[in-house]
Amino acid sequence: MPLFGLADCNNFFVSCERVFRPDLNGKPVLVLSSNDGCVISRSNEAKALGIKMGVPLFQIRKEVEKYEIALFSSNYVLYGDMSRRVMSLLSCYTPKLDQYSIDEAFIDFSDMGDSKYLQKYGQEIVKSVAKGTGIPISLGIAPTRTLAKVASKFAKKYKGYHGCCIIDTDEKRQKALELFEVGDVFGIGRKIKEHLSKYGIRTAADFARLDGEWVRSAFSITGYRTWRELHGEACISLDELPAKKSICVSRSFAGEGISDRHELEEAIANFASDCARKLREQNTICRQMTVFAYTSRFRTDVPQDFINHNIRLDIGTNETSEIIKTAIEGLRENYRNGNFTYKKAGVILWDIIPANAVQGNLFDPRNRSKLSALQQTIDEINRRNGRGTVRNAVQGDNKLNIKREHLSPQYTTNWDEILVVKG
Amino acid sequence: MEEYSKLSTIAADDIDTSNFATESYNPNALHAGFPSPAQNYMNGTIDLNRVLVRHRETTFFARVEGDTMKDAGIGNGDMVVIDKSLDAKDGDIVVAHLDGEFVLRRLQIDKKQKCAWLLPADSKSKPTKITDGNDLVIWGVVTYTIKKIR
Repeated sequence: MPLFGLADCNNFFVSCERVFRPDLNGKPVLVLSSNDGCVISRSNEAKALGIKMGVPLFQIRKEVEKYEIALFSSNYVLYGDMSRRVMSLLSCYTPKLDQYSIDEAFIDFSDMGDSKYLQKYGQEIVKSVAKGTGIPISLGIAPTRTLAKVASKFAKKYKGYHGCCIIDTDEKRQKALELFEVGDVFGIGRKIKEHLSKYGIRTAADFARLDGEWVRSAFSITGYRTWRELHGEACISLDELPAKKSICVSRSFAGEGISDRHELEEAIANFASDCARKLREQNTICRQMTVFAYTSRFRTDVPQDFINHNIRLDIGTNETSEIIKTAIEGLRENYRNGNFTYKKAGVILWDIIPANAVQGNLFDPRNRSKLSALQQTIDEINRRNGRGTVRNAVQGDNKLNIKREHLSPQYTTNWDEILVVKG
Repeated sequence: MEEYSKLSTIAADDIDTSNFATESYNPNALHAGFPSPAQNYMNGTIDLNRVLVRHRETTFFARVEGDTMKDAGIGNGDMVVIDKSLDAKDGDIVVAHLDGEFVLRRLQIDKKQKCAWLLPADSKSKPTKITDGNDLVIWGVVTYTIKKIR
């Protein structure tokens, strides 16, 4: 029986900060978007205070003061490195890991024995990641990706599961769907949810009870596939899953894998190009990129490599050529000596924001048609912020006028900022 | 052979390697001129990471401030290599988060009294008994110390 596991890091950005600030366990914590604009990650305590995802900081100033909420500017370098650690650890537990976003990965558990054994195995994975990296994760295991996501939410919500919830019988599936809001199902967007509520459909079970043919005619093919997935029929591939915080394109290579670096680079270039197209389709840009390539962990007879490299883009972009170039450069920086056969590779774009949200986009030297607009903008900004402000930006100098008042140290990637212990 | 080792000593001391990480160097690329005698030895480079970092995913570094562990050979300014995946055993030097700060101590587990202690290693400081009242997390186990001699 095919079985998918979805490992999802709990409140990932907040959890990264807490690894190095154990004093904040049990306290409300928020991570803010670039420029300290709005909330992008919340601890459970902050959620309980009613603070919503995406809310601008200025709207919750009172609560922050009253409840002494700890604030952090987004430290993407730290989050990227912690993600690499989590993904690398997870890859030790399966011959097939599909990283789906910066903080989620699918683990193939097909034909891995009965569920009693699997429950233990899953809990061991959760425990080893939590202990080794300090990041708490939830693991959902089910016959389809959509159900695995449902299971992971249950694993997160109820302590009794010890981080791992398995939906492997019709009975369990039915019970889980009754308790699950339809709007939280993978692929059910706000529009579909509103549409469904007109018919009194609130839970995933309500949705699953609908007639399949009716679902197919009332919604897109995606809606129908989601319906089938809820019935336990795996029919949505990794690429078809909705992107939220990040866009990921990856592939497992057929047969032995790829050992030629040119071939690997060609594959990465194609993944990068696909990612860039998806970015543009939703009219967004990205400012962080992860490139990964790894050998099979289950071939102990051949040399192993695990490349997982994060790159920060000074200016957000969705341009194909720039994204390809950056991805390839990132890959080349991480080659080690030796002959490796890569089984799996991919590109993830994250820190995704609307294309019109960042001024940096205007400064892009490639954009000739906007030269006059550029000039006007430069003048205006320099008038407001003082001479030379824009000059820095154009040179890609890091002294961009970005507000990061609550930035934590880069504990794991910068010698000057590592942890301090009192001896 | 002797000449090569001399060469590499000079190179290591005199060349600023701070830029090496950002520029990838391809030893197989075509270059005009005399081929590097080091080319055949590229695979044999000693990689300290392979010695000091047993588990890449769960290893972290920290800098020590203070001298309470000096009798255990760890002094102010030293770096410690910490592996979070290891179970702390009696006698291990650990990084603990105690009442709001990270501290470096030796862990002593008293099986008879069913309690544990965090021991300093100098003549002045006092041990801390671990009780339910402490806000304590054993954050990781120290596996190596890096000490600057010169």
